[in-house]
Amino acid sequence: MKRHDVLFAAAAIFAFWQVTAMIVSMPILPTPLTVLVALFKELKNGLFMHFAVSLWRVTAGMLLSVLVAAPAGLAIGGSKRLNRIFSPIIYLLYPIPKVVFVPVVILFLGIGDTSKIIIMFLILFFQIVVLVRDQASGIAPQLLQSLQSLGAGRRALFRFVYLPASLPAILTALRQSIGTAVAVLYITELSATKYGLGYYIYYRGSTLLDYPSMYAGVIAMSLLGLGMYFSVDWLERKWCKWKFVN
Amino acid sequence: MISIQSLTFEYNNHSPLFQNFNWNITRGETWAILGPSGCGKTTLLYLLAGLKFPTAGEVTINGERILRPRPHSGLILQDYGLLPWSTVRENVALGLNVRKFYGDDGKHTPDGFTPKDNAEGWIQRLGLSEVTDKFPAQLSGGQRQRTAIARTLALEPDLLLMDEPFSSLDAITREDLQNLTLSLCEEQNITLVIVTHAIEEAAVLGKKILLLDTAPNSTARIFENPKAGSRNSAEFHTMCETLWGEMQKRNAP
Repeated sequence: MKRHDVLFAAAAIFAFWQVTAMIVSMPILPTPLTVLVALFKELKNGLFMHFAVSLWRVTAGMLLSVLVAAPAGLAIGGSKRLNRIFSPIIYLLYPIPKVVFVPVVILFLGIGDTSKIIIMFLILFFQIVVLVRDQASGIAPQLLQSLQSLGAGRRALFRFVYLPASLPAILTALRQSIGTAVAVLYITELSATKYGLGYYIYYRGSTLLDYPSMYAGVIAMSLLGLGMYFSVDWLERKWCKWKFVN
Repeated sequence: MISIQSLTFEYNNHSPLFQNFNWNITRGETWAILGPSGCGKTTLLYLLAGLKFPTAGEVTINGERILRPRPHSGLILQDYGLLPWSTVRENVALGLNVRKFYGDDGKHTPDGFTPKDNAEGWIQRLGLSEVTDKFPAQLSGGQRQRTAIARTLALEPDLLLMDEPFSSLDAITREDLQNLTLSLCEEQNITLVIVTHAIEEAAVLGKKILLLDTAPNSTARIFENPKAGSRNSAEFHTMCETLWGEMQKRNAP
């Protein structure tokens, strides 16, 4: 995707927002300019701190998911025996909407950051493990045999084949999961905390009725998701250059 | 150098491809294995490579029973086996990097192995200097096969096993790489075993030709072809006709 196409799309979305705000003409939908002014003002009044807290939680959730799910997916996909044992378990657990476990996780882990991070982990883990497993088990046998003939045993196959072959799948899983992870973060920050963008948006909108600030929080949360999305894109271009050659 | 004794091999729930099969190869020879589809050509190559194992009997190379891929054997497959995420330079150095990964363990690397970064030399030798930073998807079929050859030769093998390596190349590139393979094997004193279904290729590359029949194979039918390497000699044409006749005879209803 070209950069100017993305900028054009952003301009179109803001134009639509502007026109809609002018038509609606109510305090609950301020214009983009009003919100931008509020955003810069609020950044100095604590919004940046809420952003940083949310960024830490979502980054920790994603990192934990990758660090646990990617090796698990590689191991399961690279071994017929492990695949036979674990795939039925994954098959049963994968479709369960993990958001319903929010109260259960809070009951077990309390109201701190740990429960929020674990809920994101639960959602991302299955997405990553399934994609990485499928990628690893789908590697052409000729490629593995070719490496084995060069002296590669199991460890070298993981280092030189399974891991690089699965890297695009890890990044794809992350990209697909960012939206869900940020949405879940919002839900977990609605209660039992005084920090985070979810709390900020809810408090400014529902308690203080400060709509421009509330929208500034929405913009900040959108930037959080977009920033992570762009970061994954950047990592893919850096680590998976071979995917972008003609 | 290679000795196959009383080999029997069958895939699960299938009739055997080889039954009490014997075959010997002397060091420095160039062999072509020819036969119809499904006769066991590639399986025989994989048995030599240590990627498959006999149901009965044994395969030995230099007196050692083959129980795993042997560090001194090089294998080049039909689709080249290049890593799509690695550049030409990285692919050529792959075998060396695998050996460095394990160190001198005598199992994955030869005893007394000392890492020698000769990948660059083979890149130049195989005419790949212009494409060292390109990925396999950016290469022509000939360049990919040259990369696979460079990667294998960088490990200084004494045995080169090739499974229909030139079948997807155009005629000129194929001929070029056939000549290159022969000259490199002669220069490095490498024993060559190449699997092919093309009679002409077998007659060009194999000083000895093993003709396999429809399974199960019990006898090694060997054709001496001392004039291998020449495409225009009368002997080449006679050998092609002989092999063609033999294959026709076996396939006749």
